[in-house]
Amino acid sequence: MDFTFSEEQEMFRSMFRDFSAKEVAPKAEEIDHQEKPPLDILRKAASQGFLGATLPEDYVGAALDYVSYALLIETLAHDCMSVAVTLATHVSLVAMSILETGTEAQKEEWLPPLAAGEMIGAFALTEPDAGSDAAALQARATPDGDEVVLEGVKTWVANGGIAGLFLVFAQGPQGVEAFLVPQDTPGLTVGYREPTLGLRSVPFNTIYLEGCRVPVANRLGEPGKGWVIAQRAQDRMAVALAAAGLGVARAAVEVAAQFATERVQFGVPIAQKQAIQSYVAEAHVEVEALRYLVYHAAWLVDQGGEFSFDASVVKNFGARVARSVTNRMLQVLGGYGYMEDYPMARKYRDARALGIIGGPTELYHVRVAQRIFSEWNVEITP
Amino acid sequence: MDFTFSPEHVALRRMIREFAETEVAPIAAEIDREHKVPHDVLHKLGQIGLLGVCFPQEYGGMGAGEAGYCILMEELGRVCTSTATNVGAHIGIGAMAIHLDGSEEQKRKYLVPLARGEKMAAFGLTESNAGSDAANIRTRAVREGDSWILDGGKVYITNGGYAHVITVMAVTDPALGARGGVTAFIVETDWPGFKVAREEDKMGIRGTSTAELVFEELRVPHENVLGKVGEGFVAFMRSLDMGRLTLGAAGLGGAQAALEWSVRWAKTRKQFGTELANKQSVQWMIANLATEIEALRSLVYRVAWMVDAHQPFTQLAAMCKMYGSEVGSRAIDVALQIHGGLGYTRDFPIERAFRDARIAEIFEGTNEIQRIVIASNIFRDYGVRIRP
Repeated sequence: MDFTFSEEQEMFRSMFRDFSAKEVAPKAEEIDHQEKPPLDILRKAASQGFLGATLPEDYVGAALDYVSYALLIETLAHDCMSVAVTLATHVSLVAMSILETGTEAQKEEWLPPLAAGEMIGAFALTEPDAGSDAAALQARATPDGDEVVLEGVKTWVANGGIAGLFLVFAQGPQGVEAFLVPQDTPGLTVGYREPTLGLRSVPFNTIYLEGCRVPVANRLGEPGKGWVIAQRAQDRMAVALAAAGLGVARAAVEVAAQFATERVQFGVPIAQKQAIQSYVAEAHVEVEALRYLVYHAAWLVDQGGEFSFDASVVKNFGARVARSVTNRMLQVLGGYGYMEDYPMARKYRDARALGIIGGPTELYHVRVAQRIFSEWNVEITP
Repeated sequence: MDFTFSPEHVALRRMIREFAETEVAPIAAEIDREHKVPHDVLHKLGQIGLLGVCFPQEYGGMGAGEAGYCILMEELGRVCTSTATNVGAHIGIGAMAIHLDGSEEQKRKYLVPLARGEKMAAFGLTESNAGSDAANIRTRAVREGDSWILDGGKVYITNGGYAHVITVMAVTDPALGARGGVTAFIVETDWPGFKVAREEDKMGIRGTSTAELVFEELRVPHENVLGKVGEGFVAFMRSLDMGRLTLGAAGLGGAQAALEWSVRWAKTRKQFGTELANKQSVQWMIANLATEIEALRSLVYRVAWMVDAHQPFTQLAAMCKMYGSEVGSRAIDVALQIHGGLGYTRDFPIERAFRDARIAEIFEGTNEIQRIVIASNIFRDYGVRIRP
């Protein structure tokens, strides 16, 4: 056992912190209030290699391990969860799906432009009546010679409004299939953007597929094996989202702790009050527990084995900690926590998304329970 | 024992619900989006007598007591927390201070137009270093002949940006501090020396004004001293008690709405081949929430009854505020979770209610302060005086 980050990982972390402090933190409030996708930040992140963080150097990637990548997501989320979610969508959901299941030709075609930030990736799985349920997917993929015709509606497509490449899931003749669909493909229309409570600079759009034709060569993986791709992607994303939860929760504790040393009530800084000490201490304990779950899960990803169960565990706990910590740290700030010119309200709105995006907490409870009960040979259906 | 509402209160609730659904609910999203105080709605509430719901009829009120006032706050809280907040600041703490401590002349001059909604009120206690610690007030009032000269300022004053009348706490004797050195004044906001310095940009209750006020050589006639010189602090604490109870009522209304939304969505939305209502996680959320709502409802109206029966209620009012705000927050959090992505977008009222509900754990004395109030009352019964 070794719980230390390697020298290299420590070096990356300090580089991520410098980047985030310089490029992300100063703009976080503005891009939230104006609901502006962080295109400038993405451009700068691309020049650092972050958009191809975990891709091999052959594809212009930075060849980071998943632990270092989790450090990147945590660090970005510390300053702005929107930026972290946009980047994680691009890397964990889209680029890594291609890396893991793409043909050599697909990798050569799509990974370098994704890594260079020439195109941003978006993940189109959710539908109005199907989020977490593969069987309920309504979008259709109909083969027609060398092409496949896509028909359907996708909602809550993260990065939809800024994407150059959509990873689209639809029902084919043999089950769910995944397709790489460039943004300029005729028949693909980016529609309504959700006005969200938090994550306000992430464009979540509806996309319409109407007679949208792509070459069969754009299918990712074997026919009918798309659902496995979606699940693997969501497992990777679960770890990244938990890392984002870690970042936002850690930042909230820092803001609240500093406030508590400065805010005087009843003649003393409120840090001297036991209630405030309990809030901050409990929050810190939860953040530390989450930290070990996150980096353990990220380390498992790097081991190349199965990590689905651990991803469900960490997704659950990450959402819970991020929500409850930002909520209590907001309380430490009192009225200041409720004002939009302090960062806490934004962190609270952002963190609330973690109970929903990438699958609701309740679904991850089912997944954890499935595994536990399977040891008694009992099969759980959601 | 009798837990039923009087026929008058039943009729009052019916009237308020109809008003809330036809006049308030339709504008709730807009006033949030545009940061707009709903002056028209407040005006109409005044015209039908609701802004004087709990004040005696001889002062332009409706005479429906604290229970009637809680019904008003519950029904407004059910559709729009911003509107409930405007009304609560006006009646519950602004006008209430004059009702409780005003002289006959002050009530005629100020309470009557406030009860009729011809003028709006606010309550000026909080300062940048004196929020929950109300004894730390810095605004000074110095006697000069028949007047007092006020210098200083207030922050986070609900209704502060548009109120006509504000009851303000200022230090008249620094040596005596909170007990004996603080006096309450009735201030008209068009007097020279009164200035609205800024409006806050808040996460929620965006249909309210939360203002920073500045007083520069603000001259207040001695006849506008509310209650006795030096006894402002004690008087204000009583107003705050009355206000706290009704915040519990507003939280109750918000929680009830969240439960209704949740149940309706859970019986409609299908996942994995069945309605969410058939999922046990959702059933638990609903059962827990409904239980908390019933407990809160019992607490709020029992305490309202105690106020109307002239029984002591300080500790229970703090419990109403604390529990009501926490049930309110938990309820809307559950509703958001059950609605998933729909709950997270501003296209549905849940997102707004989620932002709105959170303030109730903070304003009017944070919930930490309420816990201190509750604990000190309990320890006092055992002969122990605690420090916060």
